[in-house]
Amino acid sequence: MAAFLRWSVFLALIVAGVGWWLTAPAPRPASDFDGLTADAARGALTFATAGCASCHAAPGAAGEAKLTLAGGQRFASPFGTFIAPNISPGPEGIGGWTLAQFANAVQRGISPQGAHYFPAFPYTSYIRANDQDVADIHAYMQSLPVSDAASLPHEVAFPFNIRRAVGLWKWLYLEDAWVTEAASPEIERGRYLSEALAHCAECHTPRDALGGLDASAWMAGAPNPSGPGRIPAITPDKLFWSEPDLAEYFNSGFTPEFDSAGGHMADVIENLAKLPPEDRAALAAYVKALPAAE
Amino acid sequence: MAFRPLIATTAALTIAVTTAAFSGGHGSPQEQVIGARNAVMTLYSFNAGILGDMAKGAAEYDAASAQAAASNLAAAATMDQMHFWPEGTDNVAMGGKTRATPAIWENPDDYAAKVKMMADASTALAAVAGDGKDAMAAAFGDVGASCGACHRAYRGPRN
Repeated sequence: MAAFLRWSVFLALIVAGVGWWLTAPAPRPASDFDGLTADAARGALTFATAGCASCHAAPGAAGEAKLTLAGGQRFASPFGTFIAPNISPGPEGIGGWTLAQFANAVQRGISPQGAHYFPAFPYTSYIRANDQDVADIHAYMQSLPVSDAASLPHEVAFPFNIRRAVGLWKWLYLEDAWVTEAASPEIERGRYLSEALAHCAECHTPRDALGGLDASAWMAGAPNPSGPGRIPAITPDKLFWSEPDLAEYFNSGFTPEFDSAGGHMADVIENLAKLPPEDRAALAAYVKALPAAE
Repeated sequence: MAFRPLIATTAALTIAVTTAAFSGGHGSPQEQVIGARNAVMTLYSFNAGILGDMAKGAAEYDAASAQAAASNLAAAATMDQMHFWPEGTDNVAMGGKTRATPAIWENPDDYAAKVKMMADASTALAAVAGDGKDAMAAAFGDVGASCGACHRAYRGPRN
């Protein structure tokens, strides 16, 4: 009996140890970013492509006010409601963060204090961004206005509020490989813009029970996480727009039927309209090259 | 005789159209309101499509055609919407039978302002739509912005 007990304790310790090890944050070393020269002007475009302000601006902010990244927008999900934090360059936000701290937050979902962020923050996409783009965004964000609004706690219930458990989630889902094949340089550019920065799949791809994206149904449409309706499929077997139609939509928000983009997609269009036309064409080429869902 | 097929087609179409019209009238009062709103939206997008194709060069600009579409758009956009938005006809209450979000009823003043923005922009467009492609396209841009402003704030995804 004593031997059985000892064995049980031993096994439990191993499980706990492996669990602890699996869930530990694994940040990138600061030396990864040595020798980079950040370009804040280029960062403005990358920042727009990544859609940072769409979620981190104050609720209802428009125009210039969208660049004050005060946080406060609410994002309902099956796991609870996430509230976007202040990420302005002040004490309540990301003021004083080094590039490595910023990159670990954006690309690994790890706070400067070493805690896991919830994956409502699309670091699962940003992990694919290159270091130069991350450095440029970091430099650009230093030039934005400071907000002293406090970040509000997420309204997420047990067990999903255990941040340490996000480490296990990351072990399952945080992946820096590309999801789709790119058959041409243009599609490859569009894939970079979409899969690394614009994070289209976060809404257009369905999720499994644990909230991970289902890569076998990439961009095949998904339930609206925040209310009735569905985020539409954009694979070419479901969406019949031409590449020029898509590029026009990314610029003006008009569909070929002259309906206009609404909801969160209107924010996405506002960002994409700032890009050079070649980048919107590349995104269109990427969307047209998406495989049909399995 | 091409006469008989013509009569047959006309009869079939008449039956189809009246059936559709009657079945449209059989919904709940809320569904009828939603049907009326969607009918107006269809008029917007049909007429905007004619103008938009000319504005982006997908169709040749024609003053009479542009004027007709712009006048229709303005007529639809300036309809009195008093009966279009009763409480309980949002997408949550109606289980996705409409895309109108509850935010409309939470922000009635802002919503009314956006409806007026569309009415004003399309009235301005109707005033210049026959004055050449550039004048039409510029005014059409303001109409498009008004569509987008309202859809951004108050429309949810399709079901």
